[in-house]
Amino acid sequence: MTTHLVEAKALTKHFGDFEAVRGIDVDVRRGEAFGFLGPNGAGKSSTMRMIACVSGRTGGALSVLGMDPDRDGPKIRARIGVVPQLDNLDTELTVRQNLQVYGRYFGLSRAHVREKATELLEFAQLVDRANDEVEPLSGGMKRRLTIARSLINDPELLLLDEPTTGLDPQARHLLWDRLFRLKQDGVTLIITTHYMDEAEQLCDRLVVMDGGRIAAEGSPKDLINRYSTREVLELRFQPGAQPPELGQFADRVEVLPDRVLLYTADGEAALKAVHARGINPLSSLVRRSSLEDVFLRLTGRTLVD
Amino acid sequence: MTTALVPTGRVVGTLHASWLTVEKHWAWYRRNWRATVISSFLQPVLFLVALGLGFGSQVQPSEITGGVRYIVFLAPALVVVTAVQSATFESTYAILSAFIWQKTFIGMVATPITPAQVLYGQLIWIAGRLFAGCAVFLVIASLLGAVSGPGVLLALPFATLAGMAFSVPIVAYAATLDKPDSFNTIFRFVLMPMTLFTGAFFPVSQLPDWLEPLAWITPVWHGIELARGATFGTLELLPALGHTAYLVALVAVGVVLARKTFRRRLAV
Repeated sequence: MTTHLVEAKALTKHFGDFEAVRGIDVDVRRGEAFGFLGPNGAGKSSTMRMIACVSGRTGGALSVLGMDPDRDGPKIRARIGVVPQLDNLDTELTVRQNLQVYGRYFGLSRAHVREKATELLEFAQLVDRANDEVEPLSGGMKRRLTIARSLINDPELLLLDEPTTGLDPQARHLLWDRLFRLKQDGVTLIITTHYMDEAEQLCDRLVVMDGGRIAAEGSPKDLINRYSTREVLELRFQPGAQPPELGQFADRVEVLPDRVLLYTADGEAALKAVHARGINPLSSLVRRSSLEDVFLRLTGRTLVD
Repeated sequence: MTTALVPTGRVVGTLHASWLTVEKHWAWYRRNWRATVISSFLQPVLFLVALGLGFGSQVQPSEITGGVRYIVFLAPALVVVTAVQSATFESTYAILSAFIWQKTFIGMVATPITPAQVLYGQLIWIAGRLFAGCAVFLVIASLLGAVSGPGVLLALPFATLAGMAFSVPIVAYAATLDKPDSFNTIFRFVLMPMTLFTGAFFPVSQLPDWLEPLAWITPVWHGIELARGATFGTLELLPALGHTAYLVALVAVGVVLARKTFRRRLAV
């Protein structure tokens, strides 16, 4: 068995003159949850589509499950599951039919897909809606059905492109729970997201992508240790007013349009020092560093605007 | 979800894979046939009633109608019209929707199914629907007394072939579009004249000389020549081969183009 399910070297993807992916090295090990974190347009989806063997690479080397997507696309696709960014369920079929029809594309017998569909309806908590058409389902239900559909062939590698974009918090947590279970069952997950909390929750290891390149790689904790401080002091001042000089209170200061971030090991101490100097922000907040801060450090921009 | 991690998916041969995508259409059809069944042959039946029964009652059987009543003369040609009309519907909105609205094609190629197999399945499905629609039309035509004998059954395969000769190139074209605006042009300025002026209602020799060659390039004219000739037993071998070859060539060129446009659309 290959231990590296995905290996990319100097992988590139161009669309005409546009370079969506500009030479990335990635390797994903069996059993881990691997993330691509980055803003829209960072090249995450293009990378995913190459790994999913629906989009050919422009240059570089790529191996998925030990095979070459250019040569063995259908063979690789038979063993992976794909959750696309935009739902492409067959809205005029029932929930159950969506699973069964899709399963047949994998060369599975009718009896097998019937049984598997029943199991997956349970997993996706859609048993009650099995015989309803897809169209009236909520966004969260459609997403769960799409994930259930991607599991119809018992994939060893599951690709999820922005799995929770557009869902409310409750629906997101339910989805995360399902993804945790899959991971426990040994399914290797590759997830793209522009939500740092999603990346922190789900990913063992991730790469931060920006402008088609990889800016950093590591576990969420690693990255935070490497590129940020333990705590962050957030200060808000009168809108439009020039914030005072704060460099002396922290290792690093980031001035955002709506607030100032002070990176320091001890946020409370920094806040005390600020107050002691007679500086009175409208509000203040001490929190732990997150991947958002890593991203800001690496690219000079926030993830979600 | 306690099963061991052994992927169950496998790659099947092209024909089998294409057939699996036909199953999807069938699953859809079983739920939705009521909404579509009437529209597939309504218009040709109206033509048959209005022109065959109504207008036709004023037309004497003559050399031009092959010596048969006008409605009987009309029936095999309207089988071809039925095929080409539903071919147009099946090859326009249905295709574009699977690319851009429902995106079902995009879901299909994430599985072992290839873009070419998606295409083949779609074409098999369209051909099946054309054949079935034409058969239903023939049943109605026979109830209206428009059928003189079993010979008209030979019109079915020829009508289906003519329908596909129009369908496949349009499928190839539909795969290049981002919006449906140009479909109306096809309906109004291609399908309509192609229905009215290619020999179904009157021989194309009645057209102005400069217009007649235009009728010859349409699949409908070739289909009508074949269907009517087969029905009345007047078809001769050489013209039959010529008409068939022309229609098969249109299908073949269409398939080559559609394979390209499907691939370009689905594998980027």
